[in-house]
Amino acid sequence: MTEQKTIDTAKRAFMKAGASAAAIAIAPGVSLYSIGAHAATGPASSAKRWGMLVDANTDEGVWDIAVEACKKEQGWGGGNNPATDPQWIRKVSIKDPKTGAKASLPVMCQHCDSPPCVDVCPTGASMKRADGIVLVDKHICIGCRYCMMACPYSCRSFVHEPVSGQKPHMPRGKGTVESCTMCVHRVDKGQNPACVDAVNATGSQAMMFGDLNDPNSDISRAVSKFVTQRIRTDLGVEPSVHYRGI
Amino acid sequence: MPDTTVYQEVEGKGADYYALVGWLAVFAASGLGASFYMEHYGHVVTSMTNGIVWGTPHVFAVFLIVAASGVLNVSSISSVFSRAHYKPMARLSAVTAVALLAGGLMVLLLDLGRPDRLIVAMTYYNFKSIFAWNIFLYTGFFVIVLVYLWMMMEKRWMHHSKKAGLLAFVWRLSLTTGTGSIFGFLVARPGYDAAIMAPMFIAMSFAFGLAIFIILVSVIYKATGRPLGDLILFKMRNLLGTFVAAACYFSVVQHLTNLYAAEHMGVESFILWNGGIYTFLFWVVQIGVGTLFPLAMLFNPATGRTCQGINIASMAVIAGGFAQLYVIIIGGQAFPLQLFPGMEVSSSFFDGQVHAYAPSLPELVLGFSGIATAMLIVAVAVKYLPLLPTSLSDANIRTNRSLEHEADKTVD
Repeated sequence: MTEQKTIDTAKRAFMKAGASAAAIAIAPGVSLYSIGAHAATGPASSAKRWGMLVDANTDEGVWDIAVEACKKEQGWGGGNNPATDPQWIRKVSIKDPKTGAKASLPVMCQHCDSPPCVDVCPTGASMKRADGIVLVDKHICIGCRYCMMACPYSCRSFVHEPVSGQKPHMPRGKGTVESCTMCVHRVDKGQNPACVDAVNATGSQAMMFGDLNDPNSDISRAVSKFVTQRIRTDLGVEPSVHYRGI
Repeated sequence: MPDTTVYQEVEGKGADYYALVGWLAVFAASGLGASFYMEHYGHVVTSMTNGIVWGTPHVFAVFLIVAASGVLNVSSISSVFSRAHYKPMARLSAVTAVALLAGGLMVLLLDLGRPDRLIVAMTYYNFKSIFAWNIFLYTGFFVIVLVYLWMMMEKRWMHHSKKAGLLAFVWRLSLTTGTGSIFGFLVARPGYDAAIMAPMFIAMSFAFGLAIFIILVSVIYKATGRPLGDLILFKMRNLLGTFVAAACYFSVVQHLTNLYAAEHMGVESFILWNGGIYTFLFWVVQIGVGTLFPLAMLFNPATGRTCQGINIASMAVIAGGFAQLYVIIIGGQAFPLQLFPGMEVSSSFFDGQVHAYAPSLPELVLGFSGIATAMLIVAVAVKYLPLLPTSLSDANIRTNRSLEHEADKTVD
C-alpha cells in the first residue's frame, strides 16, 4: 500500500510539472488569440444596448446617401431585379392621406429587443447579440425564409442569385437570408455604422448612433429630450431604432 | 373481434402498372431537376421574391402535409372510434399518410435556399420556433404511423393496434396544429396572426385527406377489378360532406372575426372584395367549386349515390383545398405589411404595394413532383405489402351493427 502511494505521488508531481510546462508553452498563443477575438470595445455585453435615432425632419436626400454608404460598406446592390435584389436599408416615403403631410425616412433592421425573426428561426441562425444587435449566422441559415415571414418591417432579404464583390468582413451567400448588421464589424471597433458616418459627413445630424443603456450618451440624452417614435410599437417587439418627425 | 378481412397485394405486373410507376418516377425525378435548377441559378428563376417569400412549392407542401394527417383519419376512425366498417381500409390509410407526408416534406426541403444543409436543420434547434417543433412532429409521425401499421399487420401485435392508433391520432392532431400555427404565430402579418388557424387546418386536413383517400380507393379498386361496394363509399361520402362543411365553418369564422376588427379591414377587403386572383380563388374556387359544389353533389341523391359523382365531388374538394391554401399562403403575403397603419407608403422595396406573383414552371414542377412521389410510394407499397382487402363489397363490410348482430346470434 505504502509503495503504491509513493508511486502515485510521484506520478502526480510529474503530471503537475508537465501541465505547468504545457501551460507556459501554450499561454502566449492563448493570449494572442483572446486579444484577437475581442474587439476594441470588448465582447458583446448586455450592459450596452446599441440603437439609432433618425430625424425624419430633414432633407430626404441624405437617406439616399445612407443607402449608398450601406451598399458600399457591405457589398450589396447593383442588381437588375428590383423584386429579388437584397435591400438592407431603404428610403420609405409616407404620406398622411387625410392631411397630406409627407415624410421620408430610412428603414433597416430595427434590431428588436424581442425579435420575431429570432423566435421563428428553426436552427438559431437568426440571433440577437447580448448588446441587442440582431444578426444572421450564414453558416447555419438553411434558407427557409421563415424569418422574412415573421419580420414586421420587411427588413430581411433572401439572396436570390450568386453574389460577387463580397467584403472580407461580410461574407454573403446565395440561398441564405441577410439584413442590416448595424455594421457590427465597425461597432466592435468603436466606430459608427457606415450610414450614420456618411450622413454625418454631409454636416447633417439626421442620424445618431450610440448606447441607449448609457444615460450620458448623446443618443440617450436626445431620446430623453425629444419625443421619438418607433415603428409598430404596438407589436411589443421593442425596436432599437427611434424616429423623430413621423 | 378479430379482423377476418383478407388482405392481398395487388398483382402489379401489367403494362398499365409499370407505365403508372414509370410516369410517377419521371414526375418525381423532375422535381429533383427543378430543385437543382433553382439551387444552381438561385431562386431568381422562380416567381418568388422578397415580397412573396413563400410561393407555389409551399402551397403544395402544406397541402400534402395537411392531407397526410387527414388521410390517417380513416385508420383513426376504425381504431380510436371503433367503427368496424373502416377497419379494412386502415392499412392503406396509414401508408397513404406516410406517403403524403414524405411528398410534402420533399417539396419543402427541396425549396430551401440551402437544401444541402438538411443536416444543419437536423442538428441545430431553436425550440422557440414552431418550425423546430414541426421537425420533431413530422419525424415522430413517420415513426408512430409505421409502428401503428406494423401492429395492424402483425398478428402477434394486433391487440396493441388500438393503443398505437390512439397515439397516432393524438400525434396527427398535434402535427396539424403545428402546421396551422406556422401561420397563426406570425403576429406581424394581418392575413395570419390568428389562433383559429390551428383548428381550421385540422378541419381542412380531414376534408382534403378523405377526398384524396376516396379517389385513391376508387381508382385502385377499379384498376385491380376488386369489388367496391356502395356501403363503404356512402359512409365516406357522408363523412366527407361533414368535413367540408366543418372546414367551411372555420373559414367563415376566421373572416367574420377579422371583419369585426377594424385593423383587419384592409386585408379582408383585399381577400374578399378587390384582391383580383385571390378574391376569385376564394369565392369561385374555394367556396364555389371546393365547398358548395361538392356538398350539392354529395347530398344530391342523383349524384351522391354514384361512385363517379362522389369522386368528382372529391376532386372538387381537392381543387378548393389548393385554392384555400393559395389564398392563405400567397394572398397573405401579397397584401403589404402595415409599417405605418393609416398612411400611404412607398419605397423601392415595394412597401405599400400588393406584391405581384404568378407561379413559375420550376415551382409547379417541384410541387407536382411531391404529389408524384407520394403516389409512387403508395403504388409500390400496395404491390409489395398486403394492404388492400380483396373485396370491399357490401357483403364483406362488417359494420358495428352487423358485428353486434353476429354476437347476439352466437349467444343464442
